[in-house]
Amino acid sequence: MNDEPFIRWDWIVDNLDEIGRRLGEHVLLTVIAVGIGFLISFGLALLIRRYRRLEAPIVGVGGILYSIPSLALFAMLVPITGIQNPLTAEIALVSYTILILLRNILAGFDGVPRDVLEAADGMGFTRTQRLWRVELPIALPVMVAGLRVATVTIVGLVTVTALIGLGGLGYFIVDVGYRRFFLTATIVGSVGAVLLAIFADRGFVLLQRALTPWAARRRAAD
Amino acid sequence: MPRHVAIIERAKGGLYHRPMQDAAGAVVAFEHVTKRYGNADAPAVDDLTFTIRAGEICVLVGPSGSGKTTTMKMVNRLIEPTSGRITIGGRDVMSLPAVQLRRRIGYVIQQVGLFPHLTIGENVAVVPRLLGWKPGRIAERVEELLDLVGLDPATFKDRYPSELSGGERQRVGVARALAADPPVMLMDEPFGAVDPIRRDRLQNEFLRLQEKVRKTIVFVTHDVDEAIKMADRIAILQRGGVLAQYDTPEAILANPASDFVERFVGADRGLKRLSLARVRDLALVEPVTVRAGEPVADARRRLDAAGDLRYALLVDDRERPVGWIDRRDLEHDGKVDPATAVPGPQPVQPETTLRDALSVMLASSVQLGVVVDERDRVLGLVSVDAISEALREPPAREDRTVAAT
Repeated sequence: MNDEPFIRWDWIVDNLDEIGRRLGEHVLLTVIAVGIGFLISFGLALLIRRYRRLEAPIVGVGGILYSIPSLALFAMLVPITGIQNPLTAEIALVSYTILILLRNILAGFDGVPRDVLEAADGMGFTRTQRLWRVELPIALPVMVAGLRVATVTIVGLVTVTALIGLGGLGYFIVDVGYRRFFLTATIVGSVGAVLLAIFADRGFVLLQRALTPWAARRRAAD
Repeated sequence: MPRHVAIIERAKGGLYHRPMQDAAGAVVAFEHVTKRYGNADAPAVDDLTFTIRAGEICVLVGPSGSGKTTTMKMVNRLIEPTSGRITIGGRDVMSLPAVQLRRRIGYVIQQVGLFPHLTIGENVAVVPRLLGWKPGRIAERVEELLDLVGLDPATFKDRYPSELSGGERQRVGVARALAADPPVMLMDEPFGAVDPIRRDRLQNEFLRLQEKVRKTIVFVTHDVDEAIKMADRIAILQRGGVLAQYDTPEAILANPASDFVERFVGADRGLKRLSLARVRDLALVEPVTVRAGEPVADARRRLDAAGDLRYALLVDDRERPVGWIDRRDLEHDGKVDPATAVPGPQPVQPETTLRDALSVMLASSVQLGVVVDERDRVLGLVSVDAISEALREPPAREDRTVAAT
């Protein structure tokens, strides 16, 4: 152990294919989780807009899901959906996105100024036209901010799914680094996950600016 | 864009500007309209029957709880009446789906409600787009309307609302409401959110615009002075949505129909009559204008020739007023020095009411009002004496009634 270097670059070079494959898996698990989480949250948000009294119970359930430790959730799901099943991982990951995304989608809709809604109604938008052409574009920056937080959170959580035989870059941390005491793999997995999170974070910032030129110009005007 | 290019663009816009061929207003009639909210005992609007003539501005005014906004919103069915009916051009508003109806009625609100994510051009294009106009026709209409409300299309079309001042936004709001050429416009305290001086200018601008477009306008305000200034006819509502009086401003001030109306228009009815007359109704005094750098001797000679004027008006090279120069500062033999000018009152416009003009003049040490046109060029002077003269006679006010056709 003592003559072992801190990082074995040769191992990294030899395993580039594997690293790439696990990175792809990591991205895929994240995108699916955030994507499905967004669709569910958006649907729930529309439901809450129509039936405002559903807000407290739905957000409450989202909060409970969010507070279950990930390990416990996997332990509960594995007997039902099985180990190494991406479905097991996604159910857990999606349930973590719901609270973040739902809150931001609702905040986005709530942030649309009342006078803008009144003008839209007065000018003859139908409810559907108002939702898609007025409320959604105005709510978008806040929604994208939610996607950003959710994505960064999920990139971190995906590593934990290594415990049920998946994990993307988490595979290097848990299966290679931890179980076989190989530090280089731990570093590759950790640094990879962190870089991925930073990359996603910056990506969403750029996306947000591109989607909302009007908001950027307002900031410039202030 | 460099300044000179903008000026050329503006000149071009003026050259190609075609006269509007918009549809004039339609008659709006309320027939026994009542609105009750939920199972409240007292109605918000109670058995309202009155007719707004085509092309007139009808101002709904009253204390809070008088149902004036409710009354307005029933016209485009943002609120639906409990009983009775409202017709536009003889047609029951319930005979169309609500969204179809609203696309045919202009709507302007106090907070304007421009869509922050759309450019000014896109904001104006909203209703034509909902109506499915062709892009070419929409683009043409947007230019025409921005021109009409005094915003250079080349400068403003591609900006976002957040980049505009309050007054500019309000004008875009009016352009947007006019976009599909609706016969009827609803305006809910449209100038309530701007300061008094800019409100006066926006009101004047709107009155000039209305002379061109002749829409039927339902205008809500809680400000009696604004009602007197803007209205062809005022509908005064009292608590519980009861129509207390519906008549011209002159008639309401001269003969209030009830104690309520008398109290509501205020004890200063005599003074309010000043709101009936405009600066343009007075004979303006020709000012002695001077420019920076011209010989003082010339200025002095002209001032003395003009008679009893104590002040010369300093103007810039575009005939816009800068300040007043006292006769005593014109004794030396140099050039006119702009530093000796004292600021005068805020300029007024021909459409400004005598009441507003007086209040502006009394706030200044030089009690002469400078009257300017839309481009801020000097048209003449108005004095406190001329206003008090006008007070003695019955207000000379041209008949603004439009023959209903």
